[in-house]
Amino acid sequence: MARIRLERVAHSYLASPRREADWALKEIDMEWADGGAYALLGPSGCGKTTLLNIVSGLLQPTSGRILFGERDVTATPPDRRNIAQVFQFPVVYDTMSVHDNLAFPLRNRGMAEAEVRARVRDIAALLDLEPVLGTRATNLSADGKQKISLGRGLARADVNVIMFDEPLTVIDPHLKWRLRSKLKELHQRIGLTMVYVTHDQTEAMTFADQVVVMHEGAVVQVGTPVELFERPRHTFVGHFIGSPGMNILPCEVRDGAARFAGRAVATANAPGAAIGRGGGRAELGVRPEFVRFAADGIPVEVTRVADAGRHRIVEARAGETPIRLLLGEGEAVPADARLGFDPRFTHLYVDGWLAGEATA
Amino acid sequence: MSARVVNNRAWWLVLPVVILVGFNAVIPLMTVVNYSVQETFGNNRFLFEGVKWFSDVMHSARFHDALKRQLLFTAIILAIEVPLGVAIALAMPRRGAWASACLVLMSMPLLIPWNVVGSMWNILALPDLGLLGWTLNSLGINYNYTRQPFAAWATIIAMDVWHWTSLVALLSYAGLSAIPPAYYQAAKIDGASSWAIFRYVQLPKMRRVLTIAVLLRFMDSFNIYTEPFVLTGGGPGNATTLLSIDLVKVALGQFDLGPAGAMSLIYFLIILLLSWLFYRVMTSGEEDS
Repeated sequence: MARIRLERVAHSYLASPRREADWALKEIDMEWADGGAYALLGPSGCGKTTLLNIVSGLLQPTSGRILFGERDVTATPPDRRNIAQVFQFPVVYDTMSVHDNLAFPLRNRGMAEAEVRARVRDIAALLDLEPVLGTRATNLSADGKQKISLGRGLARADVNVIMFDEPLTVIDPHLKWRLRSKLKELHQRIGLTMVYVTHDQTEAMTFADQVVVMHEGAVVQVGTPVELFERPRHTFVGHFIGSPGMNILPCEVRDGAARFAGRAVATANAPGAAIGRGGGRAELGVRPEFVRFAADGIPVEVTRVADAGRHRIVEARAGETPIRLLLGEGEAVPADARLGFDPRFTHLYVDGWLAGEATA
Repeated sequence: MSARVVNNRAWWLVLPVVILVGFNAVIPLMTVVNYSVQETFGNNRFLFEGVKWFSDVMHSARFHDALKRQLLFTAIILAIEVPLGVAIALAMPRRGAWASACLVLMSMPLLIPWNVVGSMWNILALPDLGLLGWTLNSLGINYNYTRQPFAAWATIIAMDVWHWTSLVALLSYAGLSAIPPAYYQAAKIDGASSWAIFRYVQLPKMRRVLTIAVLLRFMDSFNIYTEPFVLTGGGPGNATTLLSIDLVKVALGQFDLGPAGAMSLIYFLIILLLSWLFYRVMTSGEEDS
């Protein structure tokens, strides 16, 4: 087990990348603490699987270094990195029993048979696979197979990190939750570093202590689920995370204040820095959770109210700009609808980035 | 009565297939069945003989010899072509221009008619003129397929291997290409050797196509006729008189339609039985999945 450090790692699938868009993964620096649970979150094609494969050693990065602890593993093949990976589609060795599947990586490393058996028993107990140890792996359901994939990783002692590449894709919805809580439980029990790639924010948020949000080959924010929710560093994070996503409202910056629909709007981050640089596209970001009906607010026209169970989603319009807000049960939509934003969670963005923060 | 109105005109749509199958399979087979139970004289005179020909064929040493040769031949063919085909498929590049070039190259032998393959090898292996025959003899290897049974067998086997290994290779290649990359990646992470990858990933995934390849090669090699016919006509002596050669000798050489009919049916049933056995053995592991 070790801390994992990525130093100026970048990757392109092309032989000679020239343009910005040629890079599947733009230069990143990152550190994953030993025993942490991390999620790489982003839409398809954002580079998260590329990053994962670089850490596992299935891909050689075009530039940069990967360190496990103090050891440089950039050129080390996957089988000698001591990592485990669970793939999107469960990989099991069809002709082998569940027991032999779990024993496979151990036998490949020449472990004594008695030790193999003991180890497999432990892992099977951990994953509730004991009753099926004797059956052929092909006969298991998708979630059972995925557990075998995971078990093959866990079976080896001193695994540095377990990586999950969208492991719940082919799992039935009602089993997803169960397998996910199993993973969480495993993480707490054995304290291994785990990295979980997904495009599903719920999976990322429930699994990880730290979520790495990626967009177009770059890391846009690393933070706890709460940080991502309350203080998105980029408008992409704002609308990708949360359901519905953050409202992004075009605004002006004048006299040291952000102005929207002809009114000054108080924001959590000071707009001073943005004005100092004299430009860029200015936007306000505020989540539907932090928009309220307020008597002295911005006048809007309510266009739709949708029931979403515990709350209702109100779609409104200020001039041409759509704004969404959440309305709790029992709250009514006033006749003269005016909206106010919670200043603690209203942020100013310039060119997509949170104003006043250094852009990545 | 009118409660069950069935539009029987739809049957006309099936007619073309019925006619095709009828002319193609049913009528010829029935003709053979017809011959197999009668003694045939000239002038279209026939005499019903019951199962006499079947009993004769089953007890004929000549048939037994031909059958033994046939089984040996097919066993050798399968033992060479299946492993060789799989080995070639494993060695073929998976992508890029070379992959396409290999595929085209590998399909070439399959496009050549049996007769041409036979003639080509016949000439190639001529002891005095043929490139192969002459070379072998110049190297001091006494090689003459018209005189040595072993040389004749070796030549026919070489022909068949040259002609049909591609089929096994192409089918195996298709099976290999269908394996998702994640399997190789997982095996790599699990520290599997190349042999372990072959044994536990590639071979199990190729199982279905290999079943088809083995069945096709079994049936085809069991039916082999043209190659030995073109090379030596079944000789030297009876050395390469495989079942088909023997059958044609009986049917067209001696014009014994009764025994030939009985032999055809027995031959047919053997192929059917062995194919079924192969199929059962090769798919037995999948029952429980």
